[in-house]
Amino acid sequence: MAKTLLLGNEAVARGLYEAGVRFVSAYPGTPSTEITETAVKFDEIYCEWAPNEKVAFEAAFGASLAGARSFCAMKHVGLNVASDPLYTASYIGSNAGLVCAVADDPGMHSSQNEQDSRRHAMASKVPMLEPCDSTECRDYAALAYEISEMFDTPVLLRLSTRISHSRSPVELHERKELALKDYEKNVTKNVMMPAMARIAHKKVEERLIKLKEYAETSGINRVEWGDRKLGIIAAGSSYAYAKEALGENASYLKLGMVNPLPVELIKDFASKVERLIVVEELDDIIESHCLKHGIKVEGKSLFPFEGEFSQSVIKKAVLGISPSYNELPHPVVGRPPMLCSGCPHRGLFYALRGLNLYVSGDIGCYSLGAQAPLSMLDSVLCMGASISGLHGFNTVRGSEQAKKSVAVIGDSTFIHSGITGLIDISYNQGLSTVIVLDNSITGMTGHQNNPANGLTIKGDPTAAVDLEALAKAIGFRRIRVVDPYDVAETKKTVMEELEAPEPSLIIARRPCALLKNVKHSAPLKVDRDKCVGCRQCLNVGCPALSRKDKKALIDPNQCLGCGICAYACKPGAIVKEG
Amino acid sequence: MAVKNILIVGVGGQGTLLASKIMGRVYLEQGFDVKVSEVHGMSQRGGSVVTYVRYGDKVWSPVIDKGEADIIISFEQLESARWLSYLKPGGVLISSTQKLDPAPVIMGQAEYPKDILDEILSLGIKVVSLPADELAEKAGSTRSANIVLLGASAKSQDIPKEVWLEAIKASVPPKTLEANLRAFELGFGA
Ligand SMILES: Cc1ncc(C[n+]2csc(CCOP(=O)(O)OP(=O)(O)O)c2C)c(N)n1
Repeated sequence: MAKTLLLGNEAVARGLYEAGVRFVSAYPGTPSTEITETAVKFDEIYCEWAPNEKVAFEAAFGASLAGARSFCAMKHVGLNVASDPLYTASYIGSNAGLVCAVADDPGMHSSQNEQDSRRHAMASKVPMLEPCDSTECRDYAALAYEISEMFDTPVLLRLSTRISHSRSPVELHERKELALKDYEKNVTKNVMMPAMARIAHKKVEERLIKLKEYAETSGINRVEWGDRKLGIIAAGSSYAYAKEALGENASYLKLGMVNPLPVELIKDFASKVERLIVVEELDDIIESHCLKHGIKVEGKSLFPFEGEFSQSVIKKAVLGISPSYNELPHPVVGRPPMLCSGCPHRGLFYALRGLNLYVSGDIGCYSLGAQAPLSMLDSVLCMGASISGLHGFNTVRGSEQAKKSVAVIGDSTFIHSGITGLIDISYNQGLSTVIVLDNSITGMTGHQNNPANGLTIKGDPTAAVDLEALAKAIGFRRIRVVDPYDVAETKKTVMEELEAPEPSLIIARRPCALLKNVKHSAPLKVDRDKCVGCRQCLNVGCPALSRKDKKALIDPNQCLGCGICAYACKPGAIVKEG
Repeated sequence: MAVKNILIVGVGGQGTLLASKIMGRVYLEQGFDVKVSEVHGMSQRGGSVVTYVRYGDKVWSPVIDKGEADIIISFEQLESARWLSYLKPGGVLISSTQKLDPAPVIMGQAEYPKDILDEILSLGIKVVSLPADELAEKAGSTRSANIVLLGASAKSQDIPKEVWLEAIKASVPPKTLEANLRAFELGFGA
């Protein structure tokens, strides 16, 4: 049968389709997002964007209880948000299969930390599978459902940036259409209160023993013999790098299931090779497991805990070989990402300039406001923390501080976990000023609709969260809406709200400039006679602006006419074309 | 066949992903094992981007390391310099002469380096340079510079031209097909 090149994420979605999955709920997060974006193309699968990962997990849990094979997806930090339902879903188990994909990001291509989600699998005592290419993504996604139903447990599918975002050939199979399983009320199994949970916990421990047996014998963990002088234990991308680096010059214990880990299989493998090395990105989980069972291995003495591996990393650590290559004899100027031309976030940040504020930041495209030349953010922790963090900051520093600080948060992030922070401010009589940067889309992760923009995952119209009404219902009385392209008005509004002796919500509303239906003004141009070369316009940090012969220059192919540089230009040298 | 490594580098938004997708398709159809590794997310916002394309009898790793690329296809001069160390000794750099100022240059904190491609040539590296952006405009779409570069790289590979054209047909929106086919020819002939 013909093979198709699929991203790991697309292959996971294909696996869901083939396994008869009917329900998918997810919150976007790089590198996991394309699983859901692909699954939604199959009419047989109901798909939705949830407001956050906890909701996505719980919705999938409910669908599994109702008898449908169900799925949720998230990035590694998303599983922190969903860990509450995960840990107790482990006690309840599944009716029809319940699988959660979690995508780690070694090297932090697009994340705020580098945590290892295998720890969640260990702590919640559920099985975790880890594929090494797109074919395994498809196969393991489907296998996860068998395991979920066989052992009455949720199953985690661990991905990583390189697996999720690499294309490799996959053979497509037919979908297995499954009837809904019966739902029967079963209080002992499905209602977790102390009396039932005590019984359930015992079952979880027994299940773990059975899963260990499965890890030993099912074949999901397999030995590939090559030269026995060197034995490698690895899973996922680390396995792929090791095979590339060492080929037939080593033997491999390839792990497909990374929780729970086998013991006898590893002991047997260890006894047949001369030198044994664990290759694992991030934490030393396999290595610690080996040491706990008295198996002598090398691991983190050779490899770092941080960053992404590659074939070169392994060649260097194991064989001591470094590649040779050509290089220019000087460093090359960097190219950091920046806010796009026409980005409405730029107007808001530019309005905050000069106000000398503490700016409590959050996660999204607007995190780029932390970088020069805008340099506007004081802190970024995790989604939602801008608002609650500001509340804590202002509470200990007093009411004068509240006049010199704001929180900035995107619309999707606000829905995800900003609302509870807003309630914290209102309920606890805080004074903070919160700015929602409402660009009508989840921008950072590549344009997903969200509950605030009135469109479903398929782009169909639906109810939209009314942010103004929501803030009012929470107890806010001062609610203002501004257009961030109107920098002067935005600045004035922010100053007024900072002075107000009560909390305020400012909604800076203008859709993302990259959205297809957004109309742009004609590009602006520089009147070279008026330009004095002061560079003020360059401080808005727009990719359409540059300098030529000591004067500003606007690239008409990039300029969307937003006018923020014109606001910045004191001599009035930036004008409309023609 | 031993694995061949092609690195595609550029600036977020230049269309590197479409080029790598078409290449992957071509090699798969030629019966090779293929891995294409893409960058999504943060680095797309005008940052430096890289895609790895690898093919051969069996490809394990999705990434290309320093000193491993047989070909680097670069959409922008500064990016050619940035990724040069990934070229295998004896490999070819196919570079557009286009220049895009990065943020530090826009803000006047750094200069855009002069004569980058000449400097690379002076290291004894094989460089094929072409004004991919201008050729794209000539082809009828400023967005087809990626296909111009694809054409330039196809010339140095022994895969029949029709195979490339078929893959382009299957990968681009019908509206842009003609411009893209012209872009391929211009790159192929450059
Ligand atoms: C818990 C968690 N889930 C998901 C992500 C990935 N993520 C980063 S920002 C973001 C949403 C950004 O959207 P929005 O707040 O609307 O701001 P925009 O990017 O549109 O400016 C997401 C989903 C994350 N960092 N943490």
